[in-house]
Amino acid sequence: MLADCVYRRVLLSAILVFTFTSERSRADDVADSIKLLQSIEPGGKGTGVARKAVDSLASSGAMLSVLKGFKGSSPLAVNWLRNAFEEIVTAEKAASKPLPVEELKGFIADRSESPIARRLAYETLRDQDAAIEAELIPDMLLDPSPEFRRDAVAKLINEASAAEAAAATPIYQKAMSGAVHEDQVKQIAEALRKNGETVNIQKHFGFLSQWMVIGPFDNKEEKGFAVAYTPETTAAEGKPLDPAVEYDGQLGKVKWQAVVTEDDYGVLDIAKQIENYKGSLMYASTSWKSDRDQNVEVRLGTPNAWKLWVNGKLVFEREEYHRSSAMDQYKVPVSLKAGENILLLKVCQNEQTQDWAQKYQFQLRVCDSTGSAVLPVSTTAKNDVSSGENR
Amino acid sequence: MKRIILGTSVLAALAACDSSFGADWRQFRGNAANSVAVGESLPTELSGETIAWKTPLPGRGLSGPIIVGDKVFVSSSSGYGQDRLHVVCVNADSGEQVWQRQFDATGRTMTHDKMCNATPTMASDGERVYAFFSSNDLICLDMQGKLQWFRGLGSEFPNASNSLGMSSSPVVIGSTVVVQVESDAEAFACGVDTVSGETKWQIERPRAANWTSPSVLPATNDQPALALLQSSKGLTAVDPETGKIVWNFEKGASTIPSATVSDGAIVIPSNGLTAIRPSGEKFEELWNSAGLSPATPSPVVIDGMAYVMNNAGVLSAGNTSTGERVWQLRLKGSFSSTPIAAGGYIYAFNESGTAFVVKPEADKGVVISELDLAETILCSPGASNGGLYVRSDQHLIKLANPK
Repeated sequence: MLADCVYRRVLLSAILVFTFTSERSRADDVADSIKLLQSIEPGGKGTGVARKAVDSLASSGAMLSVLKGFKGSSPLAVNWLRNAFEEIVTAEKAASKPLPVEELKGFIADRSESPIARRLAYETLRDQDAAIEAELIPDMLLDPSPEFRRDAVAKLINEASAAEAAAATPIYQKAMSGAVHEDQVKQIAEALRKNGETVNIQKHFGFLSQWMVIGPFDNKEEKGFAVAYTPETTAAEGKPLDPAVEYDGQLGKVKWQAVVTEDDYGVLDIAKQIENYKGSLMYASTSWKSDRDQNVEVRLGTPNAWKLWVNGKLVFEREEYHRSSAMDQYKVPVSLKAGENILLLKVCQNEQTQDWAQKYQFQLRVCDSTGSAVLPVSTTAKNDVSSGENR
Repeated sequence: MKRIILGTSVLAALAACDSSFGADWRQFRGNAANSVAVGESLPTELSGETIAWKTPLPGRGLSGPIIVGDKVFVSSSSGYGQDRLHVVCVNADSGEQVWQRQFDATGRTMTHDKMCNATPTMASDGERVYAFFSSNDLICLDMQGKLQWFRGLGSEFPNASNSLGMSSSPVVIGSTVVVQVESDAEAFACGVDTVSGETKWQIERPRAANWTSPSVLPATNDQPALALLQSSKGLTAVDPETGKIVWNFEKGASTIPSATVSDGAIVIPSNGLTAIRPSGEKFEELWNSAGLSPATPSPVVIDGMAYVMNNAGVLSAGNTSTGERVWQLRLKGSFSSTPIAAGGYIYAFNESGTAFVVKPEADKGVVISELDLAETILCSPGASNGGLYVRSDQHLIKLANPK
């Protein structure tokens, strides 16, 4: 009897140890597979191993672990992880297993997780139960995911559209607080202005409106794009611009002049505000004061060829003329330092004669990855036009 | 005797393989990238009865459907910034979705409003499908939707983009996926290994916006198949295995409609239309016709005639021996879609969604039937096993004779 009891205890312990070890081993496999997908590099190397990792994950049921793996992963790795997640969902559905609804809801609620992964979890649940939209979306107005924000803003716009003017205004104002997409902001601003409200779209999006501009410099036959004129070499040396100094321009001596744009969307129209010098280029500079070291996106729209320096460092250049222009046409990740940051933009016009090739303009803003404005410090202070500072 | 039996078996296997391949529509403008559905018999009297099924699609797309066996594949893009990429697999008989996979664009997604991220048509080698997007994301999936490899050519080469959008569709030649990524700021073509996703070769291309797609010059006894890369400079024949340039036609070419190969000759949208006949590392110019000038749709060549569509929706037919224009037929509306030829008829879809069946005769073209699908159609259709497949911004549609 005693021997039987001991035997049972030993057997139970063995089963527990085996189960625990097996669980741990499975968890290790999942973690290893996720790590492998996270480490995938551009260029197509290592895809065979990645495929095996997806295979391994597909039968693991480890939805939450895979979703957590999105955080901090490269866009390439995110796509592998997304495929692994979709494979798991397919396998679980085929096995008639229910989705871990509460765990997924908890994951969606955790704003520190990847916005893409949270949205994926949400859409997976929504496919199963459309009611989740009404449950979760109203709280997403200031979410780090632009897609969640868009849904929450759309819901408020619908609500405001159905309300009387007086009641609609605060709803539109609330919607505006979360809106990061141009079409929604336009719609809200139009409604608010119709109701007699003041809307500062420039500030909402973080457009820079105060610039110092110098030019024209020669860009005949588009050759000036590659030429480093003095404003550019000066900036590369980290020297501040000097409004008093004259440079040799395309048509004579030129010096920095202050230019302001009042356009809602921050368009500084060189052709209209200065002159559409064909075959020319201009430099535009401004200062942006940051209260800390931070990573932001500089988003630019221009139909002209351009180069952008931040604190003397070339961050991107693009030699394309008149292939359309739009807000947020280019998104350039930039590191800003605490204190003054100098942005220098080179904007090039070519000699095309078609009607659609006469634009000479740019719009530039500073925002985070959701598209929400990141404003410089002292935004309420006066605009110092003379120094081209966006304060 | 044994050798004869073996030889016969190999031939039979090849024939079976070829027959199966022939029924598929594996890439933009079909297997031979010439818009001809060989041996297909499609409905000629279009009506509501010939709509076999209509399946909703996620997001927008200008990409055409491809068909492999009993599966239809099509890409879409969705989201405010067109940054969500979809690959959809649909059962060809029922129209039911078999699977859908989604990805996030890694390159620029901005396009002209008329275009969208899902503009290039997918391609397949029968074992895998390859989806390419304006963001230059090149995605390989197996037939069950499992990711085989993902190349973010938009993030690897961030300047190789066009703010109006990119539209070049990939082609598969042997074990290589050939893509053209050509813009004002950066331009290249590359051959990507179908299995590993690694780049086999990459060559610089003329730095200029280009929306054309590679064509295929089939193998001959003394020349393996070649990839034909078109640009504003002309047409370049490239070995798909190595990227080595075999010959160059340098008289300029259009940057929208693509070259078409038929019976060993190539019809190039160049100064109107120009026909050449390649031989080894050379080519001979056959004719040039300024009167045959394609707009967005690429030329279709079959039975000694070349068909081109201009901006006004006029279908012109020209003799491929002389380049002489033989007849013209005004269809209604504007066309982005390249027509296809099947069973002696031309099938064309205008942008507002009207399908036309045209019977080409010796001296004229006759519209046999029309069907208004009432949805924007900008893609080039596909055909397989009696079905004509087309996609709108909302639906994938199969037209077939009622069973």
